[in-house]
Amino acid sequence: MIAKFAKHLFLFEELVKRDFKQKYKGTVIGMAWSVLSPLLNLLVLRLVFTQFFGRGMDHYTTYLFAGTVFFSFFKEATKGGMNALTSNASIFTKINVPKYLFLLSKNVSAVINFGLTLVVFFLFCILDGVTFGWHFLMLLYPVLYLIVFNVGVGLILSAMYIFFRDTKYLYDVFTLLLHYCSAIFYRVESYPEAIQRIFLVNPVYLAIKYVRVITIDGNIPSFQYHLLMLAWAVLMVGIGAWIYKKNNHKFLYYV
Amino acid sequence: MKIIDAKGVSIRYITGDFKNIGLKEYVLRRLQGKYTVNEFWADRDVTFSLEKGDMMGIIGTNGAGKSTLLKAISGIMIPTEGKVRTRGTIAALLELTSGFDGDLTVRENTYLRGALLGYTRKFMDDMYDQIIEFAELQDFQDRPFKQLSSGMKSRLAFSIACLVNPDIIILDEVLSVGDGAFRKKSYDKMQEILKSGVTGILVSHSVGQVRDMCNKILWLDHGKQIAFGSDVKMLCDAYEHFMATKILPQNEEEIRAAAEAWCNRDVVPLVLPEEKKL
Repeated sequence: MIAKFAKHLFLFEELVKRDFKQKYKGTVIGMAWSVLSPLLNLLVLRLVFTQFFGRGMDHYTTYLFAGTVFFSFFKEATKGGMNALTSNASIFTKINVPKYLFLLSKNVSAVINFGLTLVVFFLFCILDGVTFGWHFLMLLYPVLYLIVFNVGVGLILSAMYIFFRDTKYLYDVFTLLLHYCSAIFYRVESYPEAIQRIFLVNPVYLAIKYVRVITIDGNIPSFQYHLLMLAWAVLMVGIGAWIYKKNNHKFLYYV
Repeated sequence: MKIIDAKGVSIRYITGDFKNIGLKEYVLRRLQGKYTVNEFWADRDVTFSLEKGDMMGIIGTNGAGKSTLLKAISGIMIPTEGKVRTRGTIAALLELTSGFDGDLTVRENTYLRGALLGYTRKFMDDMYDQIIEFAELQDFQDRPFKQLSSGMKSRLAFSIACLVNPDIIILDEVLSVGDGAFRKKSYDKMQEILKSGVTGILVSHSVGQVRDMCNKILWLDHGKQIAFGSDVKMLCDAYEHFMATKILPQNEEEIRAAAEAWCNRDVVPLVLPEEKKL
């Protein structure tokens, strides 16, 4: 497996480079948008939600941004991943290459973006007066979780998209719904206990809540919570890998 | 030792299914009881085998199933029925210029294509200058790919692809690239590669080229295998007779007769003299 990947490493690097260049083609400041765009977005959100909807809550900025930053990453990575097969159809119908590389490459450029956004996020944490500590290292867990989870969802979506182009529209609606169900700008604590549990079914909310527990509460979530996240990530990648394996030679009939 | 062994290869495309006609049509046809899925066999029961050093030419009119067969051999497609067994590394040069990215520069595209063809970075670093020189694109290295003329694009694609040192090489209409001077150069380069003992498959609409380069012929028509053999002259003669008369020979005897008729013809040859030379 590792030897196989090493063989394709050069191709993988070149694909990542291409996807990154495609993303910022024609822009004047190029990659700086990766920092500037989330920065401006977050400032607007902060303005709207703290000035106009005054919320009497400690660290509301951190609360809001944890939700936005992680949800955007999920959205960007999976939406980009959805196109991975269709946009590379002219290549894999002519050359025999492992198709999952296209998806991984799209995800890498989303991850790099996300990394830069996280820097902005931590800046706001400092401004918001959040107390830093060693427990912040545990933030690696939700970050890695979301990366793996996104790859899994991307595998499933890109395969679905090649068979049904309707997927794109349905997924737009789905992400909007998920956005409002992820408690990004409102508080879950105002709901009864039973309803709060339902939120834990939402795999993106799991990551967001984890980050909030670390940054705002200064705690580390329970062991079961970690297992739940692990299960989601493994499940998605498992289903995605299975679909790819099963349809590996069927994709090209539908491009 | 058989390098390529294809047994009863059939490839089926399905048209008119649910995804093809859309939900509305699907429901309507289901209600009317008219819903059927059409099968289209691009290749039907194709059997051949090549030894080391063989060069097989595939001849046939448009839609004969040549390109689909090449995809099955190069492992891009899996045959619906039958089996293809290959031994060694394959370099398939199919529709050369697709898969490039218009916005990347010539240099970036060269590396990307090299990576796609399975070369290592070191190999590309070493060969890059040679590729550009062969393609005669020294002055265009940092220009976006989309600004090249179509001839230049094909030249670059050919130059990257022909560096390979594979066990099996598959050429789909790649020897008619660029202008006269480049054609000559690419033809010489190809001859050099073929002399190194690779096993090859060539698809070309120029029968002259096939006669020149191949020692085995596979003749396809609408997916059906008309003939496979090493009597290049006879098969090519018969094929040219078919092209001129549109009468498809049904068995070996008719092929022989068609070849004879072509040799003794008094009609003007369909192949232009210039094309024949190459």
